[in-house]
Amino acid sequence: MKIDEIKNTVSLFRLKRSIILGVKSLWMHKLRSLLTALGIVFGVCSVIAMLAIGEGASYEAQQQIKDLGSQNIILQSIKPTNTTTAGEQERSLILEYGLTFRDISQIQSTIPGVEVTVPSRDVKDFIWRLSLSVDGTAQGTVPWFPEMKNRDVIKGRFFTQVEMERRSNVCILTESLARKLFPLDEPIGSAVRMQRSYFRVIGVIEDKPTSAGSETDLSTEDDSGDSMAMLIPITTLADHFGEVLFKYRSGSFEAEKVEVHEVTVRIEEADRVLPAAQAIRHMLERNHSDSDYKMTVPLDLLRRAERTKQIFNIVLGSIAAISLIVGGIGIMNIMLATVTERTREIGIRRALGAKRKDIVLQFLIETVLLSGTGGLIGVALGLSIPLIISHFAEMKTIIQLWAPVLAFTISVVTGVLFGIYPAFRAAGLSPVEALRHE
Amino acid sequence: MDEQSSAATLPKPVIQLKGVEKHYTMGSIVVKALQGIDLQVFPKDYISILGPSGCGKSTMLNILGCLDKPTLGEYHLDGEDVSQLEDDRLSQVRGKRLGFIFQSYNLIQQLTVLENIEVPLFYQGISEKDSREIAVDLAGQVGLGKRLDHRPTELSGGQQQRVAIARALSNDPAVILADEATGNLDSKSGGDILEIFDALNDRGKTLILITHDEGMADRTNRTIRLKDGLVQFDSKSPNAGGQQH
Repeated sequence: MKIDEIKNTVSLFRLKRSIILGVKSLWMHKLRSLLTALGIVFGVCSVIAMLAIGEGASYEAQQQIKDLGSQNIILQSIKPTNTTTAGEQERSLILEYGLTFRDISQIQSTIPGVEVTVPSRDVKDFIWRLSLSVDGTAQGTVPWFPEMKNRDVIKGRFFTQVEMERRSNVCILTESLARKLFPLDEPIGSAVRMQRSYFRVIGVIEDKPTSAGSETDLSTEDDSGDSMAMLIPITTLADHFGEVLFKYRSGSFEAEKVEVHEVTVRIEEADRVLPAAQAIRHMLERNHSDSDYKMTVPLDLLRRAERTKQIFNIVLGSIAAISLIVGGIGIMNIMLATVTERTREIGIRRALGAKRKDIVLQFLIETVLLSGTGGLIGVALGLSIPLIISHFAEMKTIIQLWAPVLAFTISVVTGVLFGIYPAFRAAGLSPVEALRHE
Repeated sequence: MDEQSSAATLPKPVIQLKGVEKHYTMGSIVVKALQGIDLQVFPKDYISILGPSGCGKSTMLNILGCLDKPTLGEYHLDGEDVSQLEDDRLSQVRGKRLGFIFQSYNLIQQLTVLENIEVPLFYQGISEKDSREIAVDLAGQVGLGKRLDHRPTELSGGQQQRVAIARALSNDPAVILADEATGNLDSKSGGDILEIFDALNDRGKTLILITHDEGMADRTNRTIRLKDGLVQFDSKSPNAGGQQH
């Protein structure tokens, strides 16, 4: 016990002295030490910064996908591509396309595991409040829309089953629309108008989350109307605006008949989402000859995003490894030069009683000090760069605790790995040879 | 001389070489730098080892200093056979029982006077406080009490050599080995160093000076001349051959 204690204190004391000695030796060649450590500084710094940026980007993407609901499958009506290139005479005809209520009932009755479906149908026109107007969308939907779409009702309430059955003239405004139409006063209880129909505002709901890249782009048409929307019972919408939608575009007139613009299907269990999506796809392929619908599976997107992130991490890891190896080689190079330069000192120390392991320790401590200091500076830079980026480029960056810890550990390990060879080379010199060295 | 002869009767020599040979292989040629040295050094001896260059002086120093192992023969230092010790044990022996003084001082440039004196103590595991005390005391003894925090580059040759002497004394060695200790100094500084050596011997230290300076022979109380790897002359037993007792 006691002997062990003494041994421990002796070795600790030696370690402390060796570290002080290492600092002194490195301090003698400040510029050289700094330049040597720079490789590690940039290696560590880039690892942390890249991880933070990558993590931030994928977090945003994943968050957006999650907002769509990982148990949901989203179906949308899209205008078939072949009709847009059709001749002028077709312009005045009523164009019928998209998902139907028949599709919905078929999905509900034949696909196993389907829990709820949320149909919605859009009418795009100006929404009026007194003399204020906004180009927006009236979206007919069902009472369970907020829950299924993960969108909170901020003020007031959503419409109820009874209101839907009674085809009540109630509406819920999106946050942006409410701000536009009611800049100063309380929207709830007021009335808004679209075409010739008036609706009583009973609530305000969160905006639809912004889409995460083209893959998850859920808007069938131009995005502008998406955030400017009022939600009304789908029954009310059919009553007031009919089945045929009219559009006036650059002087010409377009009419289309779309039963349902969007259907959100919720599947009971997450692991049945992908098979269900497959089944729905097959079913719809049979019913629709044109490709007049689009299917989005957030879970699938999430999986894909995760895979992308994995690949991204591997690439990042390789870059980091390479930069740290380069830094380590720089350290090794300098330490080999240092060993040669300090051969005489090694000889003196050996003559004065230093064992081989003392010399190994001394040189290892120096490389670890170099790489460790480089690592610390790198961590400091690596932590500040993401902050600067998110401040100026308005990009989200996430620094996870393990990133700087890992980067610093790797830098120290690099120091040890690349310090071993020079250190053993120094210790391997015979004292006589070393003393003779000029 | 009386004192020396009484020393000769002491049963325990501090250094005892028996038939020590050192061979170097250079390509296919084997060079015998030492060809069978027998030597006994007693406590309080003050010896100069003389000889022309190439006589084996340096090899002798390396063997005596445990920096190199003899090819053949035995070397007992302070009662222990050190001729075939492993590397770590040799380091220990050097650190504990030997003090080195080199021609070119061999101070460590990045360390101060005090820190240089402390180096052997550091490898002995002496605590910081104790070694600081010893170093301050020794620096004072060699007249560098006011230059404790100077670096070697800020000192003259003579001063640097005095730091080296203090360093050689720090671990209270059994034998002090000096290799051409005054070779790089002017006669004044060299004389100062030699006076320190004389004083050390007066205080009972065992010193071995390796030199080609004939003047040293008069100063020391025993002279050994090497030639072609053999002891040609030993003032203690003028019959040559080196065989004593």
